[in-house]
Amino acid sequence: MNIESIFNDWISSKSTVLDLGCGDGKILSSLQKEKNIQGLGVEINANNIQKCIEKGVNVIEHDIDEGLDAISNNSFDIVLMSQTIQTLNNPLLALEEVTRIGKKCIVTVPNFGHWKRRVDLLMKGQMPKTVSTQESWYSSDNIHLCTLKDFEFLCKELDITIEEKLFMNSSGKIRPYLSFGPNLLSSSGVYRICK
Amino acid sequence: MEDNKKLEKDSVGLVEPKKIAFKEPLTLECGEALEDIEIVYETYGTLNEERDNAVLICHALSGNHHAAGFSKNSDKRPGWWDGLIGPNKAIDTNKLFVVCPNNLGGCHGSTGPKSINPKTGKTYGPDFPLITVLDWVNCQAIFSDLLGIESWQCVIGGSLGGMQALQWCLSYPDRIKRAGVIAAAARLSAQNIAFNEVARQAIISDPEFQNGLYLENNKIPKRGLRLARMVGHITYLSDEAMRDKFGRDLKKGKLNFGFDAEFEVESYLRHQGDVFSETFDANTYLIMTKLLDYFDPASEFQGDLVKTFASIKAKLLVVSFSTDWRFSPARSKEIVNALISAKKNASYIEIKSSHGHDSFLFPEERYTKAINAFLDN
Repeated sequence: MNIESIFNDWISSKSTVLDLGCGDGKILSSLQKEKNIQGLGVEINANNIQKCIEKGVNVIEHDIDEGLDAISNNSFDIVLMSQTIQTLNNPLLALEEVTRIGKKCIVTVPNFGHWKRRVDLLMKGQMPKTVSTQESWYSSDNIHLCTLKDFEFLCKELDITIEEKLFMNSSGKIRPYLSFGPNLLSSSGVYRICK
Repeated sequence: MEDNKKLEKDSVGLVEPKKIAFKEPLTLECGEALEDIEIVYETYGTLNEERDNAVLICHALSGNHHAAGFSKNSDKRPGWWDGLIGPNKAIDTNKLFVVCPNNLGGCHGSTGPKSINPKTGKTYGPDFPLITVLDWVNCQAIFSDLLGIESWQCVIGGSLGGMQALQWCLSYPDRIKRAGVIAAAARLSAQNIAFNEVARQAIISDPEFQNGLYLENNKIPKRGLRLARMVGHITYLSDEAMRDKFGRDLKKGKLNFGFDAEFEVESYLRHQGDVFSETFDANTYLIMTKLLDYFDPASEFQGDLVKTFASIKAKLLVVSFSTDWRFSPARSKEIVNALISAKKNASYIEIKSSHGHDSFLFPEERYTKAINAFLDN
């Protein structure tokens, strides 16, 4: 199972979906087709914004780090934040905003605790070229990396309930065996959260 | 040998304006009815059989119906939005039928203060009623009927043009599929109104204005128009654009210790003012600035934009420009935020550009690609 089928599972048809850091609009575009959702993406990268418009995905150019004051409480059925939290200056604010706006929230988090990264750091003594990009530490967009354990601690601190979680391997597939030691084995985690 | 503009690539080439006459009078918001309305317009591209590929271009304060191409072979400059309208351009005339009328009250051929009032047999002059953006849009709706266009693929414009596009969404939700609201605002700020008032006072206080009866008295309030345009023009440019274009450059390379145009920027403004004062009608300018000041569709809803937007069915693209301080990105965001709260289909982009408010006229790559994709999807 891959992430798309999880979204399909968790998101009911005709929902309103806000995708924070929607990238090129791939997820929203497919949900629009499969689930007839009403989607809105928030994105800061100009090329990605263009791709969203080309796909017919509604997109707002906005920096999530500025907060989302204009969007009212519980105004979206689903708020998605996929592989975005690690790029933000203020992940705390983002998590507060996600859970404030969404009736249901889905957050995917890259896991810096994955064994490969641990080995990299241990053996080479250098920051691993992490997650989806192969950028060096000084040029990477990923400025706030955490492990799945860290993320779950943060949720607890913010009184955020984790309703369900699933774990993915490095090719983005959900594998049940990963839950034996997710913080070591999985490449990223998918969390359904609420407040 | 003259260029043959018909043969220019990526241009709609030579265009001829057309004119359409209304059969019925149009009742305006102020209560008056205008008879014998004529609207001058240009079209580019071909209307398809389904009649569903039409795009309405709304012009801004001092714009007109000549949006693209050339009126004659000797023209040096094409229409005001030629950078965006043409074959394979943002608004692609290979696919779309593009229509640009000169608005009611204008001075480029449509019924306006320079036209003859059928009731008196004289020019309207200062008696031309104060019209509103809603009147314009109602007028454009009748114009659409006469063209046989039931529904617009898109209504689009910059500045005051964007306001018309927004008003279309509100007034005729079933007749518009998309709207491009560019460098606009949902209402003018006190500062915006203040600049317009300076422009109006410049015109009204010109002795040649003659209480608006200048045409009858064979006069033209050129000085007033010139000043009005100079003030307006400053608000269209950004500090950055002016610095890049003129800096502190001197026309003669040295100070002359006098009040002639010494700095390039002075000379530029004077030139812009002069050209404008020879081509634009003072009464039209007064009416159009008032019409801008009056625009406030949310006033019917106690200022609540979200409620105002409830009736919208169109998909919107809102565009702002980083150095625009006349209608800044924050003003576009007001529109966007209300659209989101009203759960409407909307996208928003903020283009980095140094040209200030005038940026909407320039074919910056990101901007044109976005409009093109918006029209395609």
